Amino acid sequence: MIRRLVALGVAAAAFALGAFWLFTIPRTVSASDLPLHTPDLANGKTVFEIGGCASCHATPEQKDRTLLGGGLALKSPFGIFYPPNISSDARDGIGSWSEAQFVSAMHDGTSPGGYHLYPAFPYASYQRMSFRDLRDLFGYLKTLPAVQGRTPAHDLPFPFGIRRLVGVWKLLFLDGQPFQPDPTKADDWNRGAYLANGPGHCAECHSPRNALGGIVENKRFAGGPNPEGKGWVPNITQKGLGDWSVKDIAWLLQNGMTPDGDSVGSTMTKVVRNTERISDADRLAIATYIKSLPPVDGPERPQK
Amino acid sequence: MKVSTAFAIAALAAVAFGATAVVAQSDPAMQRESLMKENNKHAKNLLQMVKGEKPFNSQAVEAAFAQWTDTARQLPDLFPESAKTGGDNRASPKIWENKTDFNAKIAAFAKAVTDNRAKAVSSLDGLKVALSTVGKACGDCHEDYRLSKK
Repeated sequence: MIRRLVALGVAAAAFALGAFWLFTIPRTVSASDLPLHTPDLANGKTVFEIGGCASCHATPEQKDRTLLGGGLALKSPFGIFYPPNISSDARDGIGSWSEAQFVSAMHDGTSPGGYHLYPAFPYASYQRMSFRDLRDLFGYLKTLPAVQGRTPAHDLPFPFGIRRLVGVWKLLFLDGQPFQPDPTKADDWNRGAYLANGPGHCAECHSPRNALGGIVENKRFAGGPNPEGKGWVPNITQKGLGDWSVKDIAWLLQNGMTPDGDSVGSTMTKVVRNTERISDADRLAIATYIKSLPPVDGPERPQK
Repeated sequence: MKVSTAFAIAALAAVAFGATAVVAQSDPAMQRESLMKENNKHAKNLLQMVKGEKPFNSQAVEAAFAQWTDTARQLPDLFPESAKTGGDNRASPKIWENKTDFNAKIAAFAKAVTDNRAKAVSSLDGLKVALSTVGKACGDCHEDYRLSKK
């Protein structure tokens, strides 16, 4: 009797493990998914700026945004992440990656080695990006300097060090859908919606997260604790920005100043360093979209 | 008590009271806070011009840049070890951990203001460019050395 139960238990466990393994296979994009395309490097640069790559991947303690040696310590509730070297270096960076490997990393959060990347790398937003933009970005990245040196491994307490578990996270929080434009809205609104939700990944900071670190979707953009640990990120739905005009928002993205004449501080200054480099039209598009967000109550900000 | 003693005591009290008032006014934490609030008023004014909410007024622009120049001049001396907190201050403790870098950021702000003064005063288009540059210099320092609003 006991032996039968044990055998049943082992079988069940094996089945569960097998199912877990199956459901968490890292997805990839293959080269056959990518038709012939000559990268548009100017567009690639735009994507680079709005994507904010330099903010996490630039070598720390220096000002050249094109030196992408990685290594900045990003603290999170799950441990410390070190964004890797994504310079054009063939050994330590992405210099020897294929296009399909790069697109898989950005779109599916899968590394060329075939394992899950951690969603501190905001592929939950990047999954909305068009393959064209991803390929242009890759082309542009390959033109940037090679930086030598590998970054430290992420410092994550058990069980977050088990990469395969990220497969479960992806099942819960990734839908793999590209950006869907709204045909009832103007072109600039749709451009803004694409930029904000895709490469701009604004919601990754401006939304509250649940215990598993996924964005609480019905409170997207409604602000919450800074995922990097300290401080509070504002509500940028109309609940928070009701007094702001489209122009106010566009100006903030250009020079970091609020309508009250204050200048943003902390992590938002890093964002402005990116958004100040995109076109007026793109900033206006993002502002148009953000201004249109219906008011949503965010989580309660803790009082002093 | 003798009248002269009473007067002496009164005089001493007055001096003491006056001294406290003087000390309060020269409290670095309060002074830097009031400078920043002034900066903000000017920034808001110029931003409204740039956004077309107010007409361009070169005298107001000149006043703003004069105030910012004055701030940059005073700031390096307003962060002594003895005055780390006060009032509604949002001065981060990091200031005293990285004094050299902090002072460099003040110098960069001073330079941005000086370099852009003439351009800002000359025309609305000049002001747009100047304000962006100065705004960035404000942000560069606030990024690491000003605490978030609670």
